[in-house]
Amino acid sequence: MARLAMAIDLAACVGCAACAVACKLENEVPAGDHRLWIRTTESGIFPDLTVEFRPEQCLHCENPPCVPVCPTGATYQTQEGIVLIDPEKCIACGACVAACPYDARFFHEDGYVSKCSFCEHRLKDGRLPACVETCPTLCRSFGDLDDPNSDISIALKEADRIDVLRPEQGTGPKLFYLNSPKKYGLNQEVAK
Amino acid sequence: MRRREFIKLSSASVGALMLGSQIEAENWLANPLARVEEPWHAGEVTTMYTVCENCFWHCGIKAYIADGKVFKLEGYDENPKSRGMLCPRGQAAIMQTYDPDRLKKPLIRQEGTKRGDGKYREASWDEALDYIADKMKLIKKDYGSESVAFFAHGAGDSWFAEYLPAAWASPNAAKPSVSICTSPRETASQYTFGRGIGGHEPIDWEETDYIVLIAHHIGEDTHNTQLQGFSIARKKGAKLVVVDPRFSTAAAKSDTWLPIKPGTDTALLLAWCNVLISENIYDHQYIEKYALGFEELAEHVKDMTPEWAAKITDLDAEEIRRVAREMAAYAPRAIIPPGRHTVWYGNDTQRMRALYIVNALLGNYGREGGFYINKSPYLEPYPHPQFPLEPAAGGCSGSGGASTVESSYRPPADAGKFFAHTTAVQELIEPMISGKPYPIKGLICYGVNMFHSIPNVPRTKEALANLDLYVAIDVMPMEHVMWADVILPEATYLERYDDLLGTAHKTPFIALRQPVIEPMWDSKPGWWIARELGMRLDLMMYFSWENIEEYLETRLKKIGSSLDKLKAKGTIVQKGRPYLKDWEARGRNPFTTHSGKLELYSQTFKEAGFDPLPVYQETIQAPAAHYRLLYGRSPVHSFAKTQNNSLLMEMHSENAIWINFDEAAELGLKTGDYVYLENQDAIREGPIAVYATQRIRRDCVYMVHGFGHKAKGLKIANNRGASDNYLQTNYTLDPISGGAGLRNNFVKLIPGATKPRHSRIARLAKDRRI
Repeated sequence: MARLAMAIDLAACVGCAACAVACKLENEVPAGDHRLWIRTTESGIFPDLTVEFRPEQCLHCENPPCVPVCPTGATYQTQEGIVLIDPEKCIACGACVAACPYDARFFHEDGYVSKCSFCEHRLKDGRLPACVETCPTLCRSFGDLDDPNSDISIALKEADRIDVLRPEQGTGPKLFYLNSPKKYGLNQEVAK
Repeated sequence: MRRREFIKLSSASVGALMLGSQIEAENWLANPLARVEEPWHAGEVTTMYTVCENCFWHCGIKAYIADGKVFKLEGYDENPKSRGMLCPRGQAAIMQTYDPDRLKKPLIRQEGTKRGDGKYREASWDEALDYIADKMKLIKKDYGSESVAFFAHGAGDSWFAEYLPAAWASPNAAKPSVSICTSPRETASQYTFGRGIGGHEPIDWEETDYIVLIAHHIGEDTHNTQLQGFSIARKKGAKLVVVDPRFSTAAAKSDTWLPIKPGTDTALLLAWCNVLISENIYDHQYIEKYALGFEELAEHVKDMTPEWAAKITDLDAEEIRRVAREMAAYAPRAIIPPGRHTVWYGNDTQRMRALYIVNALLGNYGREGGFYINKSPYLEPYPHPQFPLEPAAGGCSGSGGASTVESSYRPPADAGKFFAHTTAVQELIEPMISGKPYPIKGLICYGVNMFHSIPNVPRTKEALANLDLYVAIDVMPMEHVMWADVILPEATYLERYDDLLGTAHKTPFIALRQPVIEPMWDSKPGWWIARELGMRLDLMMYFSWENIEEYLETRLKKIGSSLDKLKAKGTIVQKGRPYLKDWEARGRNPFTTHSGKLELYSQTFKEAGFDPLPVYQETIQAPAAHYRLLYGRSPVHSFAKTQNNSLLMEMHSENAIWINFDEAAELGLKTGDYVYLENQDAIREGPIAVYATQRIRRDCVYMVHGFGHKAKGLKIANNRGASDNYLQTNYTLDPISGGAGLRNNFVKLIPGATKPRHSRIARLAKDRRI
């Protein structure tokens, strides 16, 4: 069984939000809510500066803290490792929202919890997630971690540096950040 | 019916029912288990090819349609613009089509009101078109056909800046994409290489190893293919140098940032020439084979050392020298792209000449990793009788305006004000006021934002007030639209055909703009409006085609294709001739200057009284307590066109004034404070949020262009952020290209403004969902 994951090359990302807009339209995310957003951090003193653009979304953790806390089984992990929500089963109790260390979930106006699904419906048609396909900087890679020839395996192999968000949580994120800025980059922020 | 529509109908109808039922309905609506909708892609989805119009890059796109509505727009692989990807603006363009604030019916200004009062009555298309045609004929009788000007922008400008004005015989047709955008780079390229740059910059991104950007805001400017090329180059290991007074997004990606003093770029470029020549690291073979005037150039720059430039530019001489050496080491796979918006200080054609000369010394024009040589696609015009005048507007496609006007017609009203054969939109405002050199009494404005693109808004308003006829053809009730005598609501690009879109490119191509849904409300496509006007203006012989399909089919048949074929694949790609070696293999010379050479030294300029080699000139300096006003782009907005787009406004809802952190501290300001901006002519704009940052020099401030709409009909855009264009009351005319240098405006920050109160975008967006 595949282990699906995503990587974002922060050296390439310009924070243009093409991915965020693609996500909103593909998944009809209500106005004011986001499955995917961009965090911009700036650091340094003129003229020695760093700006990092970092798209954030559900990390589809290998040990997702959101799954065991769900009382109805609405939140579950597929065999390919995608964390999904069955809105028919969701009672919007919010346990998963509180359990997620990454604030990746929100209450959908139609009465259930929602978040990034890796565009599972597109994967079924053999297509890439909408954010991956549309990115004009080609900063996103997606695929099977167990397949050494997949886009993601190649991207991870070629990266100078790989980070995940809050590794100390032990969640085993499957959203990897590649090549974050050398100075004042992701690791330093994580260490804080 | 989709579930959401059903819910909407239910909740809309409950108000008319008894209270009990209403509560019951609301309880039902609140039941989370009952409200899971079918996603749009679950049912039957059809796809159609068309071309995007949310900026003027014009990507080929695929529209996904379900239940007669467009839900998604994506790029497609076969189109050389989108290559299967799409920027945020292109994707979110759907929201404009479904924007309830759109113009819905033809409108005629109420009798007895003044322009700008904004009072209108609805009219039929016949009444509105008859009104316009009658007035145009009157103006023609009293003043001549040239007295009606045509301003147009977008794919539909082919009808309103070219076809109709040429048939009507007005040389006063202008596009803002010329003199308030690209004219310096196009003119300089024409007089250096003998070729323009064109709307799709011929940068060989994928092959380059060293990129130097001068205030070229890739990343903040999300021209799709350009961003792709930039990113691919960097992924392949290309080095990046960014010259900018501001630590832009591109600067954040750079290996070297040169925070140059604004207005001094020409000095930097000349110093690079100096290093390349004095250290003998330019491309000898290339220069000997292709260029003219090297000796004069060498003599000209011999004292323009990095030390000389360092004093002017506020950069380090060794850094200047190092970058020149690195460029030479990577040449010819090293390039300084020309950028796009190049009307900065008024001496802009000369700055662009200096930029091209550095590129020439690197030997990169027509070589892999430098500039490729673009080619226009093979396409034949519709066989209409010859127009009385050649289309005059030119454009960023680089075609240039007509160089001559038939002797029986008057030349354009801006003739003689500058050297190049382009029309300058801002120079056609003055004749509307002064009547000199002759009066302009009518204006047909198609998609040009008169108050957010042309500098000196008070002058533009005075000119509009003076006209006998002012017509606005637009999609949205922009502020300038609500000044017109007649307002014609155009269908959005998703609802209409336009003329074929041909792009000069490495692989020349033709793409189809076609309607993917029917026009909403009482809007009509531009081609239909132009034709209906033409018929009323006794120009039937030019509009012998019954409808657009016939027009397009005729053009496509002539090149061995057909409308059906193009509908099936969206884009026709042809073969190009990108490199010098391809030209030489056919015994052809791409340098079509007067001398047939790459002209480092321009005899033509000398004869016209201009410097034959670029000279650094100091620009106007800021008055005391003022900062130079710089401006740029947001990745999610196109000029002043997208600030009523709910989805894009969710991503970026207002601009801020960037000011150096230490300067802000001295003014007692911090990020999040609100201020007014007051320019050198005491024009005030705002309130606008302060962004106190390390990312900008102390002598300038910066804001994103396009915010600060004052149109009440734009429910989302109205009064969010501030307008740079309102603060650009001054411009410096480039005497060569006719460009309006916009960066000689200066502002003070006036503390104490209060944050404006606005409804949340998300709340406003609820009414606008698909």
